[in-house]
Amino acid sequence: MTMTVWQAVATIAVVALGTMLTRFLPFLVFPDSKRPPRLVEYLGRVLPYAMTGLLVVYSLKDVQFASGSHGIPEAVAIAAIILLHWWKRNMLLSIGGGTVLYMILVQFVFV
Amino acid sequence: MGTTSIRRDAFRAAFPLTVPIAAGFLFLGCSYGLLMHAKGFAIWYPLAMAYFIFAGSMEFVTVNLLLSAFNPAAAFLLALMVNARHLFYGLSMLGKYRGLGWKKPYLIFAMCDESFAINSSARIPDGVDRGWFMLFVSLLNRWYWIGGTALGWLVGGVLPFSTRGIEFVLTALFLTIFLDQWMGERRHIPALVGVLASVVCLAVFGPGGFMIPAMVAMLVLFLVLRPYLDDAPKAGSAQAVGPAGSAASGAPDPKGDAR
Repeated sequence: MTMTVWQAVATIAVVALGTMLTRFLPFLVFPDSKRPPRLVEYLGRVLPYAMTGLLVVYSLKDVQFASGSHGIPEAVAIAAIILLHWWKRNMLLSIGGGTVLYMILVQFVFV
Repeated sequence: MGTTSIRRDAFRAAFPLTVPIAAGFLFLGCSYGLLMHAKGFAIWYPLAMAYFIFAGSMEFVTVNLLLSAFNPAAAFLLALMVNARHLFYGLSMLGKYRGLGWKKPYLIFAMCDESFAINSSARIPDGVDRGWFMLFVSLLNRWYWIGGTALGWLVGGVLPFSTRGIEFVLTALFLTIFLDQWMGERRHIPALVGVLASVVCLAVFGPGGFMIPAMVAMLVLFLVLRPYLDDAPKAGSAQAVGPAGSAASGAPDPKGDAR
């Protein structure tokens, strides 16, 4: 700890403020009383799909293909989730099955 | 139907969807609390961050900020950049959070990646109140994270079995939501734009700085593709809105923002 307590409080406060600004800004610019422009409504319809795609990539961003297990456990678990979801289309089954398979792979197979 | 049963039905619909997040957040929150303990911070530091910031990746970044020289302006800018994706979440949720009264500020305040992913994609069952459903999703996720953080600081490192790999539950969650959206839509271009922009930018800019270029690339692609993708809001496609009275009153109808 190099900071004083108040400096730490101020740091946490500005980070919270910056984070909240990113969350509240669209709603402040386009309040309920005002209908957003057509362009914004269009983006609101297409962005959820794109952002889910971004989150998938984001959650895999630190996978190393050149070293370690070369991303094989991730690839196997992802393939399993796709098959499970295509087969049963049950969210908890897909998520649980994929995660348990991944844990088995990294704990016992690709140690 | 009284308010109690409205809340109970909404909780019953929301809770199962948050179970994977409970697993992921208890683990990730624990590792965050454990890290803060190891770095010598008192428990109120991680708790204050979990409570007021509630953005996992930014909280991990803030640990480093607290250990370097005091620079609030840089910390503020960094928070804006790391969390810029929330801007797109907000644009996506303008319709879904419309007309929800006092619940709306809380839903925005607590809009982490996971709550956004569920609330933007869930097919809320008929008869379940939309506002209470999304409120419970957000509230539960938030307290999983705060609880995990406290637990990690207090008892981290004493688990009798290996949890190695459990963090994959969040990848599995995002992927499953992605697949569910994919199967529920005939048109896959928006999803493909998101994946391609992210993968290309990750390859070019690396894991530390790909998010903002990826968002810019998406925006450009969606503007270019607008003539093909913007098939004007269809009147009948608006999502199921909760029981009258609890939903929008007088506010414009939520436009059919594709589920």
